[in-house]
Amino acid sequence: MAGSDALYGLGVDANKIETMYYYMVLSRALDERMWILNRQGKSAFVISCQGQEGAQVGVAAALDPAVDWIAPYYRDLGLVLYFGMTPRDVMLGQLAKADDPSSGARQMPAHYGSRVHHILSGSSPVATQVPQAAGIAWAAKLRHQEGVVMTSLGEGSTNQGEFHEGMNFAAVHRLPLIIVVENNGFAISVPQSKEMAITDVAVRAQGYGMPGVVVRGSDLLAVFEATREARQRALAGEGPTLIEIKTHRFTPHSSDDDDRSYRTPEELKAEKKDDAIHLFRQWMIEQQLWDEQRDRQMRQRVTHEVNDATDFAEAALYPDPSTLLAHVYND
Amino acid sequence: MAVMTYLEAIRETLRQELRRDDRMIIYGEDVGVRGGVFRVTEGLQAEFGEDRVIDSPLAEAAIVGTAIGAAINGLRPVPEIEFADFIFPAINQIVQEAARIRYRSNGDFGVPLVIRAPFGGGVHGALYHSQSVEALFAHVPGLKVVIPGTPYDAKGLLASAIQDEDPVLYFEHKAAYRSLKGEVPDERYLIPIGKADVKRQGNDLSIITYGLMVSYAQRAAETLEKEGISVEILDLRSIRPLDVEAILETAKKTGKVLVVHEDNLTGGIGGEVSALIAEHALFYLDAPIMRLAGPDVPAMPYSPPLEHAFMVTPDKIAEASRKLAKF
Repeated sequence: MAGSDALYGLGVDANKIETMYYYMVLSRALDERMWILNRQGKSAFVISCQGQEGAQVGVAAALDPAVDWIAPYYRDLGLVLYFGMTPRDVMLGQLAKADDPSSGARQMPAHYGSRVHHILSGSSPVATQVPQAAGIAWAAKLRHQEGVVMTSLGEGSTNQGEFHEGMNFAAVHRLPLIIVVENNGFAISVPQSKEMAITDVAVRAQGYGMPGVVVRGSDLLAVFEATREARQRALAGEGPTLIEIKTHRFTPHSSDDDDRSYRTPEELKAEKKDDAIHLFRQWMIEQQLWDEQRDRQMRQRVTHEVNDATDFAEAALYPDPSTLLAHVYND
Repeated sequence: MAVMTYLEAIRETLRQELRRDDRMIIYGEDVGVRGGVFRVTEGLQAEFGEDRVIDSPLAEAAIVGTAIGAAINGLRPVPEIEFADFIFPAINQIVQEAARIRYRSNGDFGVPLVIRAPFGGGVHGALYHSQSVEALFAHVPGLKVVIPGTPYDAKGLLASAIQDEDPVLYFEHKAAYRSLKGEVPDERYLIPIGKADVKRQGNDLSIITYGLMVSYAQRAAETLEKEGISVEILDLRSIRPLDVEAILETAKKTGKVLVVHEDNLTGGIGGEVSALIAEHALFYLDAPIMRLAGPDVPAMPYSPPLEHAFMVTPDKIAEASRKLAKF
């Protein structure tokens, strides 16, 4: 696994480090609020980023939202926040309100999308975004556009044909694409050992003639570094890269799942020790880039943002039933 | 104005549109160097280069999935699925993705995409090179489905499909490729998607159909004319959206309707057309609506007698029409 020792060779400064930390903390806090709203009966469905914030923010921070596109999946709250979705935007979707920018609350929460933010609209069938992301990258190449495309998915989704077809297409055409697998060890309830006969999803890259790298999701800077290298390869015309990020899912699959039936509390407790947010804060303090006071201030700011987003979305209007038939076609 | 085959009309339209819009690309299995297994795209790669007419990997979900992404990022992809029978690996991308992206993004994203696919039987193609798959897609809101029945319509419908902002499935009947000929203007013209066309005026009964069956119905109508039966033929041209007005108009005019398609009977377009007439024009009818369609077997067999028994033919159309006329 790549390490994060060479911090000062990464092109990140203290501001960037604080920004990355902020987005992880914000993602976690927003996600926790969603669960409260769910248990209060105000939100029918939650699907979480918790445990994967390091993977998502580490990737996002190495991309350029001005020119790059992302085709994320439903856990990627950290990614879409970094790419410009606001907490208010996210909460509007979470509470199924008309102004949800992703879908006008037509989709379940967390099915993000926004043309202005370069976030491809996503669906629930998994891995469909991989060939689509390759297509965006292909058009970018044919049109000589600047930038790269990043698509992400869980490890379970890498068993789908569309993952393999998209990987192959991207490799054949040497497309500026980064495929990120956020390996949290579970496809809902099925552990990786029952999903595939390999330990590292990254080895699947070999079959398509592209590099596959493995990084630890709790090592934010290692994720950043791997993504930055993949982006440089893509921009240099050297084609796609598969990045597997070993990460964790700290919650059940969704608010309708109960993970106690398939993993022990001890296993979960052990996983929670490998939390990118906690480890990154410790590292920042050791590097004298951070202290408890600043941490409190940031968390207060985040709490305020989450409260604001919640209040805003709770007060917002539901879609009018008369809009049911809109946007089937362009006309 | 030149006389062209159905296939030539499609090829020349692709050429004209490629010249006209540099965002347009064509790709699919064998479409480049080989010019397609039916030669529809012959010569196009030589003229437009490998960046615009592209041989793709043999993977239908990738063909459509990448086309969706390319369309979203500013291109006008016109991929070919080599045979309609092989479109099924791409159903997820067509139905769950292309058809739903505009709706699910509340209008933020659109997918201007034309998927061309040869379909239909009577060419010794057996189970997996003969299928008619249009009804499956016509069921899906968000998609448009067009099927030309003449070289003239092939051109105007294809140009409209390429210009459309939404995903269009453009099905080409294999048996029509070289058997149908007709005059096709050189200049570009558009046939609106969703507009049917009366191909023959008549008074005794209406045949509502599309695709290859339009020419078969015309042959049947010529036979029937000699027997004193006057047949009107309505060519739907678009399967989704249907031209409801034109369907009701011909039903009201003749009072007798025969719906013809090669696709399986059950759940076919004929059911939808019949329902529309039953709902909105029942009291204009002088006979029950009749359907003539491919039988409800999984697909078309290979051996000539079996294939012939499956196919809807001019003779079968004439026979059904006689029964309806006598009712």
